[in-house]
This record gives sequence, C-alpha cells and structure tokens, in this order.
Amino acid sequence: MTGRVLVGVKRVIDYAVKIRVKPDHSGVVTDGVKHSMNPFCEIAVEEAVKLKEKKLIKEVVAISCGPQQVQETIRTALAMGADRGIHVEVSGKDYENLGPLQVSKILAALAKKEEASLVILGKQAIDDDCNQTGQMTAALLDWPQGTFASEVAVEGDKVKIVREIDGGLETIKVNMPAVVTADLRLNTPRYATLPNIMKAKKKKIANVKPQDLGVDLTSRVEVVRVDEPPQRQAGMKVETVDDLVGKLKEAGRI
Amino acid sequence: MSNPLRGEVIRLYKNLLYLGREYPKGNAYFRERLKTAFMKNKDVTDPEKIRKLIDRGEFVIKELEALYFLRKYRAMKKRYYEPDH
Repeated sequence: MTGRVLVGVKRVIDYAVKIRVKPDHSGVVTDGVKHSMNPFCEIAVEEAVKLKEKKLIKEVVAISCGPQQVQETIRTALAMGADRGIHVEVSGKDYENLGPLQVSKILAALAKKEEASLVILGKQAIDDDCNQTGQMTAALLDWPQGTFASEVAVEGDKVKIVREIDGGLETIKVNMPAVVTADLRLNTPRYATLPNIMKAKKKKIANVKPQDLGVDLTSRVEVVRVDEPPQRQAGMKVETVDDLVGKLKEAGRI
Repeated sequence: MSNPLRGEVIRLYKNLLYLGREYPKGNAYFRERLKTAFMKNKDVTDPEKIRKLIDRGEFVIKELEALYFLRKYRAMKKRYYEPDH
C-alpha cells in the first residue's frame, strides 16, 4: 500500500448564488458568476487530510478536471492540507459535455497510475446532482465502494465505513484499495484562510491531458433543454377555519 | 514602540478582508465596517491593549468561520435531506 489518497474536487457555481437559466434554455448562466468548491468535495478533502494527520495515510493528491479556472479549486484543496494537485485539462465543448462517466474514467486511470490506496469523492455535485462518479469509478477499477459515508475508519488494510441510508445507518468493512464518497455529516471542513492559501502556493500542481491517460471523452448524453422550476403560486390568507375548509373544497382538495 | 505588532495588525486586517469576501451581507458592507473598526483604534499605543485587540480580531475570524460553516451546512441539509433527518 502506497498510503496515497486521491481526492476529486469539482468547481461548481457557489451554493449561495441564485441560479439563472440562459434565455435560450441551453443551460445555466456561468459567466461572471461566483464559483467555489463543491461542498461535498470540501468534506472529502477534509477527511483525506484528517487521515493524513492521524498518520493513517501518507499523501493526499487533489484532482480536478476542467479549464484553467479549476486550478483555483485545486489551490483551495492544497490550502486545506492536500500535498499536491493534478489538473486534468479539459476545455470548450469537451468541458460542457464532461459528466460522471468521463470523470470516472479519468479518476480510474489516475488511481492506477498513482497506485492509490483510497479514492475519496463528494457524494454528488450541487450543480448536476448526479451522484454517479464515485460508483462508476469503483466499477471501472473493480474496487469496493463505501458511498454516503458518515464515518470512515482505516484499520490496517481494511476500511470500516458507516453509511447513511434510508432508515438508518449501515456499517460495512471493505478491503483497500477502495472508493469512498462523502456525505454531509462525515466531518466539518476547515476554512482555507489566507495564510494557508499563501503557504499552499509552494505546492505543485501537475498538468495532465485526458489523451495522456488514454481516456475517451465522448459523451453519450445530450442536454436537450434546461428550465426553471415552476413559479410558486402566491398563498392566500383566510379569516376563519370555515373559510379555509370552503377554499379547500373549491380547489377540489377535500 | 508598537512596530513589531504593526505587522501582526496588518496581517490580521488582510486575513479579515479575505474572509469578508463570503460575508452574507456582501463584501462592500463588510469592508466598510472592518475599516471603521480598525480606524477607531488607530491611535492605541499600549502593546498590551494592542495585543488584546488582536486577540479580539482572531476571535472574530473564528466566529466568521463558524458562521460560514453553519450557513453552508444548513443550506445543504435543507436541500438534500428530509425535514426530520
């Protein structure tokens, strides 16, 4: 075991920004909009750094796929404690069509190349909500997976993972190497403060092209149309309970 | 001489400025109040008092980090989980 952990981080529109759909309904407005690291990816980075601080693993490598701007996201991961970064250069049409299938192929290739013991990802991205990349990566590598992790414990060459599932918690033990996807309650990510960002400038980010990894980026999915959710109807105020019952009968609800 | 502490004060100001970019009421709002708060104490010379003010600044940094985390956590919880989960 190399004791190396790969963490995938995605640059997404900041969670607090009000999303606007483009007038031609081809997508969402991204120009000039604030972007930051996907919140679930932050939790993934934090978990990897925690494992390193506990001396259970030796190196944390932060990976992101996209154009030049994703380097900001990798720098944030470095400021949180990752040791080095890998920027997989994808731009233009390829980036627009980049989805979980392509990213998981890239991550699988890198996991093999870097001889990783663990790949930690966020459970889903807040822009596409796919919740597929972790699962696909594990399948491509034929590695076990622990998804929706709310607790991760490395025990020798095995990992004990507590998963958040419908109706409660499930504890599993898997052999390493493995893929883990982080859920909300896994940990509290540290803030990347200015001094940490400054220190992280010394850390290296390597540039890699998907072709170098032998990955085909063609997408089998095409976005046909993007629409806003239907506008909420204004509520009505009523004076008495009888009024309420009357209105509900009118609307055919009772 | 408050010179050795001058560097610390400037560093504190820069760190707070960086944190202010994510402030819910907007960066401009935060920057204005940050400048006012620091300017109010610009004539303090006693190193003890300066140290206390720097410590207060560090405390504000911790409070902002907590604010940002809670805000994000609550937004994620509301969007992705059932009400009682």
